[in-house]
Amino acid sequence: MPSTFFIPDPEGRLPSAEGYFGAFGGKFIPEALVAAVDEVAVEYDKAKHDPEFARELDDLLAHYTGRPSALTEVPRFAEHAGGARVFLKREDLNHTGSHKINNVLGQALLTKRMGKTRVIAETGAGQHGVATATACALFGLDCTVYMGEVDTRRQALNVARMRMLGAEVVAVKSGSRTLKDAINEAFRDWVANVDHTHYLFGTVAGPHPFPAMVRDFHRVIGVEARRQLLERAGRLPDAAIACVGGGSNAIGLFHAFIPDASVRLIGCEPAGHGIETGEHAATLSAGEPGILHGSRSYVLQDDEGQITEPYSISAGLDYPGIGPEHSHLKDSGRGEYRAVTDAAAMEALRLLSRTEGIIPAIESAHALAGALEVGRELGPDGLIVVNLSGRGDKDMDTAARYFGLYDTDAEVADDATGTAEIEEDAK
Amino acid sequence: MSGNLRLLDDTLAAAKSEGRAALIAYLPAGFPTVDGGIEAVKAAIDGGADIVEVGLPHSDPVLDGPVIQTADDIALRGGVRIADVLRTVREAYKATGRPILVMTYWNPVDRYGVERFTAELAEAGGAGCILPDLPVQESGLWQEHAEKHGLATVFVVAPSSKDERLARITAAGTGFVYAASLMGVTGTRETVSSQAEDLVRRTRATTSTPVCVGLGVSTPAQAAEVARFADGVIVGSAFVKRMLDAPDHAAGIEGVRALAGDLARGVRAHA
Repeated sequence: MPSTFFIPDPEGRLPSAEGYFGAFGGKFIPEALVAAVDEVAVEYDKAKHDPEFARELDDLLAHYTGRPSALTEVPRFAEHAGGARVFLKREDLNHTGSHKINNVLGQALLTKRMGKTRVIAETGAGQHGVATATACALFGLDCTVYMGEVDTRRQALNVARMRMLGAEVVAVKSGSRTLKDAINEAFRDWVANVDHTHYLFGTVAGPHPFPAMVRDFHRVIGVEARRQLLERAGRLPDAAIACVGGGSNAIGLFHAFIPDASVRLIGCEPAGHGIETGEHAATLSAGEPGILHGSRSYVLQDDEGQITEPYSISAGLDYPGIGPEHSHLKDSGRGEYRAVTDAAAMEALRLLSRTEGIIPAIESAHALAGALEVGRELGPDGLIVVNLSGRGDKDMDTAARYFGLYDTDAEVADDATGTAEIEEDAK
Repeated sequence: MSGNLRLLDDTLAAAKSEGRAALIAYLPAGFPTVDGGIEAVKAAIDGGADIVEVGLPHSDPVLDGPVIQTADDIALRGGVRIADVLRTVREAYKATGRPILVMTYWNPVDRYGVERFTAELAEAGGAGCILPDLPVQESGLWQEHAEKHGLATVFVVAPSSKDERLARITAAGTGFVYAASLMGVTGTRETVSSQAEDLVRRTRATTSTPVCVGLGVSTPAQAAEVARFADGVIVGSAFVKRMLDAPDHAAGIEGVRALAGDLARGVRAHA
């Protein structure tokens, strides 16, 4: 019986055997990790063809995660999007509050198959870290999560969640002290502990097979959304829209629509204070091809290949790289990528909260801001699906400071400087 | 102008003919300044290093521990450029006549342009390059240009490398093979890993190219121990730490010279 929720790409179109999506991807890793990364590739390939693996993962996705996730039409929000019909794919309703759990459960099962007892992960917004800590609690695995020091402050709630779940959270103080540096530190840990440790990578970047494997675990998002839209709207959407940091929720939504030429695939990158200010993390809009964290893809870098420090109000998008399949979608013209500022994302966050009673994560709010633009371009006949990749609970402190929602005198007085501090920290 | 691969081969052969291992020092360019870094390289050679690896600092040194990360940070904040790295190679080679290699990550070289980088490194008198995040299966373009310009391609092997992979790597490499003594990042360690000798033995079974051991080697006693079974001993973090811990620059340079002297005696302990 075919599996319901674990739906890897049945065609096996890309990547190539060497892990390339066109000119992007590959495996740029130290020799010490070659054997471990190869083991992941071999084990994933075996698992992909093992009905027992699919059955076990399906069971978890149905009864632990709560799949399928809902598809919610948001007409009051859509009034601000040129009257186009807008549907949200509700990955925020998954257990742990984001799409990240789809990939984490798959890799946690793989960790058990490989006989490893310890898991490490990086996290930006903390959503991947929380999902990983959750799966490790469920499976009885040791868990260490690396998180940039800046992010441990702006996502303090998720730090507490991870610790509650029994994970060790390491605040990384090198470089820009954000997601990129958390990944560097996780790689350093992995090199030293690879014999018993699996690096449960959280996005569709990194060395082959991670971009393909993580995509496969998230592919269910688009498969479900496509079927749900055909049932509810009677046709395919004009656009599928998602935010992109590393690109996992976006590739999860996009992938099932790639063969549908009429469906525009639109990724929304964080423009921070605006691309022209240099304070952004819009890798595909402003980067150049290079190598970061094990694969060739677009990278924010200077003219001598030094990675430049990104900025976004959203910790989960604050990353100077991007998954290689997105670079391929961009260069091949199949994907479109536009940049959304902090201000536009925060406005969309407030709008969805006020019009639909759904508070999105700041990451996902970038996609909502993109949907407002695209909806106005398409007009009232337009049909859009947006991946609501995560819920906004974790962002309430940032949002409260941004919008002045605290009502004690001290915090009101602190409000303007608080936002400035958070932004300053992130630079 | 062709690079100094031949000089590297001759230097390793000369050490072997003396019945000892070669001493290879690592120091990052631009640390603490470009001129200060050049002084440090010269001091290491003056103290007894046979070969020097000049680090080209990178913003994301995923294979380096805290000591070299700190030095890279200082160099990058000081504004070090690839031109400064090449000047470090040129001046060190001109002053000492010793083989000078560059060690860095792949992205700076890829971005600078492989042809431009190899041509300029050869022109500066460089002997080769170590690119620890460029695995052999992705290294075709690099090898082609390195060979054209007479530069060594030094690959890293690790205790986790399987025998058939060792054979593939050593068949592609030139100059020497960099055997990582342990699974981990750069930095000083209390003891030399027992994995090192086994890795050298397995690597030697695949090649006649010299096999040099690095990662975690910092003291003369450790150098002496490694020298018993390897063709070269590579020391990095311990040199950088001397510079970082010194009260002033002059003392740091003297610290580098003194450590090189002690390590040079270490690699000769069993000669």
